[in-house]
Amino acid sequence: MIAAIEPADDALLDALERAAFGYFAADWDCIGGMPADNSRPGAPISIAVVGFALSVYPIAVERGWMTRADALARSLSALRFFAASEQSGAPDATGCNGFYYHFLDRATGRRVWRSELSMVDTALLIAGALVAQRYFGSADADETALRALVDGLYGRVDWRWAQNGGATIMQGWKPECGFLHYGWEGYNEAIVLYVLALGSLSHPLDESCYLGWTATYQWENIYGHEFLYGGPLFMHQFSHAWIDFRGIRDEFMREKRCDYFENSRRATLVQREYARRNPHEFDGYDERTWGLTACDGPGGTLAAALRGDGRNFLGYAARGVPYGPDDGTLAGWGAVASLPFAPEIALDAARGMRDRYPEMLDGECYASSFNPTLARDGAAWTSAGLFGLDQGIVAMMIENHRTGLVWQLMRDCPYVRSGLRRAGFRGGWLRRRR
Amino acid sequence: MDDRLQPSEYERQRLANVRPPQWRNPVPPRKPYHLVVIGGGPAGLVAAESAIELGARVAVVERNALGGNCLNYGCVPSKALIRTARVYGDLRLARHYGACAPETSDVAFAAIMERMRRIRARISRVDSAQRLCEAGVDVFFGEAAFTGPASIEVGGARLAFRRALIATGARPDTPKIPGLAEAGYLTNETVFDLAVLPKRLLVIGGGPLGCELAQAFCRFGARTTIAQDAPLFLPKEERDAAQLLSEALARDGVEVRLNTAAVRVCVDNGEKVVDLVSDDYHSRIAVDEILTGVGRVPNVSGLNLEAAGVAYDAATGIATDDFLRTSNRRIYAAGDATLAHAFTHTADASARIVVRNALLRGKARVSALTIPWCTYTDPEIAHVGLYVREARERNIPVRTFTIPMHDVDRAITDGEERGFVKIHVHDHSDRILGATIVARHAGEMINEITLAMVANIGLSTLARVIHAYPTQAEAIRAAAIAFERTQLPMRSRAR
Repeated sequence: MIAAIEPADDALLDALERAAFGYFAADWDCIGGMPADNSRPGAPISIAVVGFALSVYPIAVERGWMTRADALARSLSALRFFAASEQSGAPDATGCNGFYYHFLDRATGRRVWRSELSMVDTALLIAGALVAQRYFGSADADETALRALVDGLYGRVDWRWAQNGGATIMQGWKPECGFLHYGWEGYNEAIVLYVLALGSLSHPLDESCYLGWTATYQWENIYGHEFLYGGPLFMHQFSHAWIDFRGIRDEFMREKRCDYFENSRRATLVQREYARRNPHEFDGYDERTWGLTACDGPGGTLAAALRGDGRNFLGYAARGVPYGPDDGTLAGWGAVASLPFAPEIALDAARGMRDRYPEMLDGECYASSFNPTLARDGAAWTSAGLFGLDQGIVAMMIENHRTGLVWQLMRDCPYVRSGLRRAGFRGGWLRRRR
Repeated sequence: MDDRLQPSEYERQRLANVRPPQWRNPVPPRKPYHLVVIGGGPAGLVAAESAIELGARVAVVERNALGGNCLNYGCVPSKALIRTARVYGDLRLARHYGACAPETSDVAFAAIMERMRRIRARISRVDSAQRLCEAGVDVFFGEAAFTGPASIEVGGARLAFRRALIATGARPDTPKIPGLAEAGYLTNETVFDLAVLPKRLLVIGGGPLGCELAQAFCRFGARTTIAQDAPLFLPKEERDAAQLLSEALARDGVEVRLNTAAVRVCVDNGEKVVDLVSDDYHSRIAVDEILTGVGRVPNVSGLNLEAAGVAYDAATGIATDDFLRTSNRRIYAAGDATLAHAFTHTADASARIVVRNALLRGKARVSALTIPWCTYTDPEIAHVGLYVREARERNIPVRTFTIPMHDVDRAITDGEERGFVKIHVHDHSDRILGATIVARHAGEMINEITLAMVANIGLSTLARVIHAYPTQAEAIRAAAIAFERTQLPMRSRAR
């Protein structure tokens, strides 16, 4: 079921969605024509951003912003790059065991920044590839080749290896030191990772792995809202960009008589309540100005100059509520990406923030973040350039809100259906078709 | 220059109480003692005094100083330092409170340590050998070793017993880092002897002791780094609590190095140089002192436990059953020597269980204890009962009622808003399973939850308990009221 949208709201959403798509439509000079992590000079390729790009191209075709041939060519180019990339796990390779390093050199596609082999970012890349596979379903030779490429890429991801013998999936691995210490604990954006890992035909995880992860969940009542806690807003959004969680429940959600979609709505309400309270007394926060999530921040030299009042400003970091970190930095796109869950307050916030802080928009594209507490000459500090993750989630969530296109494509994906079922999801659109 | 403390008058007073220099051990009676207690720390002293009140013949054997770790190297001296550190922390935030910042907040480290020693000496009066003797306890100083299943030897004297209690406590564990021993390091048993504030301090280990002292020394002005070989401090605590602690330490100026291991130490030009590794990132830090706080190991060596038939493990201590009885049915153990929860209050509680079971044929169980604990950083982190993950591992459906301290009027007026009260209840009732509190006075607040759990008072009842306004403990009632709201039928809510 798709929400009815007022014409004025739809016009605004259309403008925002098209602008976000513009990030992926640019002529990137990166290998495979893939978009870079962000628009700053020399930025590397982010594998997650490529996943968003692969998901946004079909949207653009359907909206008439891009030809199917162009979308197919761009998708094929990216997928062929990954299929042919070096998988040795060497420090300058592109990946290992089907996973990819988080950041790749824009010219060579090889690892940069000593980045980690990232499990969740690989999952976002694969999710995008599966969207492309579902969309390009004709018998055309290139579309057929694309589907085979995606099966190959998905099939070679060795999800079991990423458990490192443990109960759950590790966050990352580096050739210099092996698996990273950081554990996944508590709810976060990783459901899509687990669903894909469980749905794999070649290296499927055991069901117990998902239960091991959900065992760390915390169901909390905060500000009068009961929900599965996760501080930063993106944790409640990223998996939802691909998977329609309306009406389907795993064991945990059955116990709580809730679902992950409703949970994200409550998380959005908690964000708004937090901004209303504004415990750290940052400028700008109110019912229409919120969005604490993973985003860029003022950090660095500016922070050093302003630390006199005891406040510590972060660079790129996952900000969250109600426990923080909170340095007064907000992401305007964070509210828009909650549109499907809580359209009334998300739209209200989107309008409120663009009216009060137009400087956070570059045209109609959201900057990664803005910070009204660090205003100069009446304008809030604003992150420079654009980040692909932000543009991708904006385009996908607006489209899901308007037509449910990506959700429908993934509902038809057998790997996703299988992964959800193996994770214990039942009901709703997962009921077996007659 | 010797940075260790020379004995002061207060130190002489303390030692006169807990390890009198001219002490002469008594002559053991011909009849066996009803209870021989090995170890004069919190568990041993509580057991001895409780047994005396029952009319028992009791001996206490202590090899070092009465009062144990708590009085001499642990809770008492560290909390004295932490109180002063809080003053300095508040002074630096004077403007935040609308007060004028003092022109200087120079730290008089000698005065800080002297205050700590004065307080320690004062509290030592309660644990004095003289007072124990007057109560009727035979106090022996020296190394105790079992000579059989019903006797020990101390200083050449043989003490026969009907029951014995092993309450030998624990000592700091030492990380196995090449070069550390040669370079020299501090533990909780030596840090309180410092005479000079180290300019640069590295704390290895992010447990309670490491975090508390890192924050305190940083507030005194030491350039402090803390290295923790895990993603968060206090690994057993709730993630959000540990995260708040990381931020609090960083706000104070502590350089926080999580996921970081110290792998090598050397001395170069009088500096202690430590190699640190975080995944693939290698760095080097030069400091004046290294404090280790990586945990504690039970004191079980030298007791000749084999002669008594007492099973033990060097890492986990004396093996006991739920009644705190060892593999020798005459012999019990209590406190840090046997318990996973190494706190003064659990030592106390376990000692009372032993006295009841050993002397009164009781059946008190250690598993029945409801044990709160607290890490005395600023903010404090206190916990009681189950964590959510423990409840879920036991298939107990759980939900949590959270009140951020920034929703509590008194916390706002006090400028102490960073933290929360989380109360975990069984999903289908108001039964409290556990709670975590992060607040400046969390250690005081957790006691209300502990009382509720011990007395089987549910969250609904706590909602009816009027709390004085404005107090920070109102957060507990607010959580209870949040619970009550979820119990209202929809029709009642509409009215």
